[in-house]
Amino acid sequence: MAIGKAVRRVDAIAKVTGRARYTDDYFRPGMLVAKYLRSTIAHGRVKKIDTRRAQRLPGVEAVFTYEDVPPIKFATAGHPYALDPAHQDVQDRLLLTRHVRYWGDEIAVVVAENDLIVQEALELIDVAYEEYSPLVTPEAALAAGAFEIHAGSNNVVGESCYAVGGNIEEALAQADVVLEGRYRTQICQHCHIENHIALAYMDDLEHIVVVSSTQIPHIVRRIVGQALGLPCGRIRVVKPYIGGGFGNKQDVILEPMVAFLTLQLGGRPVKMHLSREEGMIGTRVRHPFTTQMRAGVMQNGTLVALDIDALSNSGAYASHGHAVAGAAGARSRALYPRTAINYHAKTVYTNIPAAGAMRAYGAPQMMFAVDCMIEEAARRIGMDPVEFRLKNVARQGDVDPLTGEGFESCGLAECLQRGKALIQWDAKRAARPRKQTGPVRRGLGVACFSYATGTYPVCLEISGARIILNPDGSVHIQVGATEIGQGSDTIVAQMVAETAGIPLANVHVVSTQDTDVTPFDTGAYASRQAYVTSNAVFRAATALKAKILEHAGRMSGILPAELEITDGRIVRRDDRARKNMPLAAVALDAYYDKQRGGQLTVEVSHKTCSNAPAFGCTFVEIEVDVPLCRVQIKEIYNIHDSGIILNPLLAQGQVQGGVAMGIGAGLYEEMLIDPESGYIYNNNLLDYKVPTIMDVPDIGCAFVETFEPTSGYGNKSLGEPPIIAPPPAIRNALWDATGVKIDELPMTAHTLYKHFMKAGLL
Amino acid sequence: MFNIESYRKAGSVAEAVRLLRENPLARLIAGGTDVLVKLRKNQEGFHHLVDIHDIAELKCITRTADGDLVIGAGSCFTAVAESPLIRRYVPVLAQAVRTIGGPQVRNMATIGGNLCNGVPSADSAPPLLALNAVLTIEGGAGPRQMPLEDFFQGPGRVALEQHEVLTAISVARDNYAGYYGHYDKYAMRAAMDIATIGCAAVCRLEDGRLQDLRLAFATAAPVPIRCKATEDRVRGRRISPELLDDIARAVTKDLQPRTSWRATKEFRLQIIATLAHRGVRQAILEAGGSIA
Repeated sequence: MAIGKAVRRVDAIAKVTGRARYTDDYFRPGMLVAKYLRSTIAHGRVKKIDTRRAQRLPGVEAVFTYEDVPPIKFATAGHPYALDPAHQDVQDRLLLTRHVRYWGDEIAVVVAENDLIVQEALELIDVAYEEYSPLVTPEAALAAGAFEIHAGSNNVVGESCYAVGGNIEEALAQADVVLEGRYRTQICQHCHIENHIALAYMDDLEHIVVVSSTQIPHIVRRIVGQALGLPCGRIRVVKPYIGGGFGNKQDVILEPMVAFLTLQLGGRPVKMHLSREEGMIGTRVRHPFTTQMRAGVMQNGTLVALDIDALSNSGAYASHGHAVAGAAGARSRALYPRTAINYHAKTVYTNIPAAGAMRAYGAPQMMFAVDCMIEEAARRIGMDPVEFRLKNVARQGDVDPLTGEGFESCGLAECLQRGKALIQWDAKRAARPRKQTGPVRRGLGVACFSYATGTYPVCLEISGARIILNPDGSVHIQVGATEIGQGSDTIVAQMVAETAGIPLANVHVVSTQDTDVTPFDTGAYASRQAYVTSNAVFRAATALKAKILEHAGRMSGILPAELEITDGRIVRRDDRARKNMPLAAVALDAYYDKQRGGQLTVEVSHKTCSNAPAFGCTFVEIEVDVPLCRVQIKEIYNIHDSGIILNPLLAQGQVQGGVAMGIGAGLYEEMLIDPESGYIYNNNLLDYKVPTIMDVPDIGCAFVETFEPTSGYGNKSLGEPPIIAPPPAIRNALWDATGVKIDELPMTAHTLYKHFMKAGLL
Repeated sequence: MFNIESYRKAGSVAEAVRLLRENPLARLIAGGTDVLVKLRKNQEGFHHLVDIHDIAELKCITRTADGDLVIGAGSCFTAVAESPLIRRYVPVLAQAVRTIGGPQVRNMATIGGNLCNGVPSADSAPPLLALNAVLTIEGGAGPRQMPLEDFFQGPGRVALEQHEVLTAISVARDNYAGYYGHYDKYAMRAAMDIATIGCAAVCRLEDGRLQDLRLAFATAAPVPIRCKATEDRVRGRRISPELLDDIARAVTKDLQPRTSWRATKEFRLQIIATLAHRGVRQAILEAGGSIA
């Protein structure tokens, strides 16, 4: 049995010894490097561009500008293609642009022998701009008569709403208490270790090979084809090991350009590798939200109404567009399914870096707002914050009021109970004075969340698996599921071992995806891989096992139904101790017996038509140094209902990484943009304050294991959820400690200073 | 890839001076933690390098017969922080340099480079200013000496000629014996950051009085700076909570923090007052004093 075991990552040794190959390790002879010329204004139009001096520089192979690229607008979001044109992603990009929409927009590209020559050439290009006034905020972009960042858009990317649980105004009218709030979240960046990188070359006159650090190789193939006007069969995408993505590689960034360049240069290999400074502005960021909310609550603690209005800032291009705000809205429904909810959201264009997918896809923004409101509701009616949540959160058997889908597994209440015990909630609250004075104060906070497992029914969910029995009795498995550091290769190996009865050491996972040969899967996002892949792998491993037993039956004359595979051996079900046969013998026979022979392989493409909500919560205790405007986390616990935990070691890693990222979003990180010019101040890791190992405390994690029947192995999402609840939990603890309510992120020292001054604490 | 046009490695201070004189465009590189950052940005003035990182005579940390401490300018921060002499006689300096960057940076970055880079946020500067450190500079015509305080001339500007090498930083015995100190770095995170405010407090006590106080700050003025008016105001006064309050109020008048996108002046003043209060308090406690 391999599921539920803390087995070591299948790629651990290769990675720590430096043998694992990443995109930058795919060197090709004669390879050229390319780099974008980025705009030095945030909004305007290129009046004139002169590349002659750059072209004359020795070592420069080519210079292309917006005048040289195909006039094909394409969408970059890493979504499955929608057959319905109304649901297709917004096609608002060209390979290079004349209309500058953010500080750093791509107006030309230089291809040269090396990085130094490329840099020198870029400095030799003369650009004259016609400048427009930058629209940095949603308010500016939506103002009457505002310049359209994309013609015909009114600066609106998308808008949507839903209402469940009855009329919102009636529900609010009946409430004992009605509360209002306005919440703001910031621009965050993913800060994956490996920057964006891609290379492309042609081995013949027809096919373009793209090697890329991507979460979505099959989607990249489609979009490269669309952007270049080529059928996707002529595009081959290879995904080697990747150094993190967090959603920023669930978007097509460099791949169409390197494909275009190699095509222009007769198939010569061309590589693009963004610097950190470029990557932080020229890829994607997290959408900042401003959320206006009303809540209706009864004195007995029932949350009767939530009226939510979210404004999401997509920046210069649509990328994932309104999908993020749409997904964000669904989270509150699953968390409070018995409450009347009215949700409205709008996503707008502005002149800041384009927003896209980032870990938990809108949920951190929305759950921050919702949880701040929930905290206020509990305090207003004088109820313990945990009790208030326990009374209102989703329970097993609840139904999503919009889709009608029942929650077949839900352990959120148990998560809250577990967290309360872990942090000693009651004892600590009882021991503390009612009102704290003095420079250093302590506070306790809680917050909870729900999240999805995949994108169904909004998007299609296909996964693929191919298993081949080798002559030695081991297997190779290929999956479309992409390993991006989250551990999916290891989980896949565990699933095969569990179902087929093959020892884990004999399950070889082909880590690299190559769209020419890898089964189809849309990729790593939406915390979907272990869930949707589970069904494909379960079916494939079950089918392979049946084929093996059938072959063993033909060899032995025993009915396959009487046989079983255990630990790599064929045994009789009724007498496991009796003489048995190694799997290797069956495998060798299948390959080489002149009569019975025939390779034993299975290929499965599975479509998942379910989406199980995962749940959890954060409990935190902090110490606030008021004069220094500083928060120190003393204890923090994340408790998750992610169904069955497939690998406790990997699960713990996901939780700790996600909580650390959540702490970053809560207390440290924000991309700062000059409101006048649109200039980005801190596109580097010195000035953008990702917390270090010295800033992140020990992180406690616990799991409430439910069994999710729609998954092959009972599991639900875990990749993204850990990031969601730490910021609101810290905010609630800060309120608890100081009496100061902060409704914006991040809660840096500067933010605390502003609020402490206002509250008269300083 | 770096755009380096010439690179010469010096085996001695004398050779370094000669190589600098030969090429007026050349400048020194030691640990490289500042110079390589500038080269990566292709910043003018860093394309010709004379490398002094491997010169043994620059890496000694010694104590003279008179008890003066002499720190080779090429000593990396790890060496300074771990030196038994530094830890025993001027622990405030060890405390300060341990806040710089992370372990990898401290293994490369040198104390001399930190001073010659001349930025207001240099963490080694406040404790050295508070210890009345003196610099030894070699330019080919025999060493010259200069108080560290006179070395800082403006943001990124120091009193060092193109052909000169800072060779050593000295702290005279009288300036540390009987003194106790504390350094606090306030930054936005606990490592890999530059100081929003740095504060070194060094004091000597006698009979419950603050016989001497030397207070120096980083990132609170265009250069790392001493708070002379505050020091004069409180010298000789009896230790009390009121004295600490007075220092916290007075110190802001000695400094000129500014508003930038990184932090507002008002926020910096809040931190300055708090660090001065707490830093002096800590230094007094280190010195065995008590605050009624």
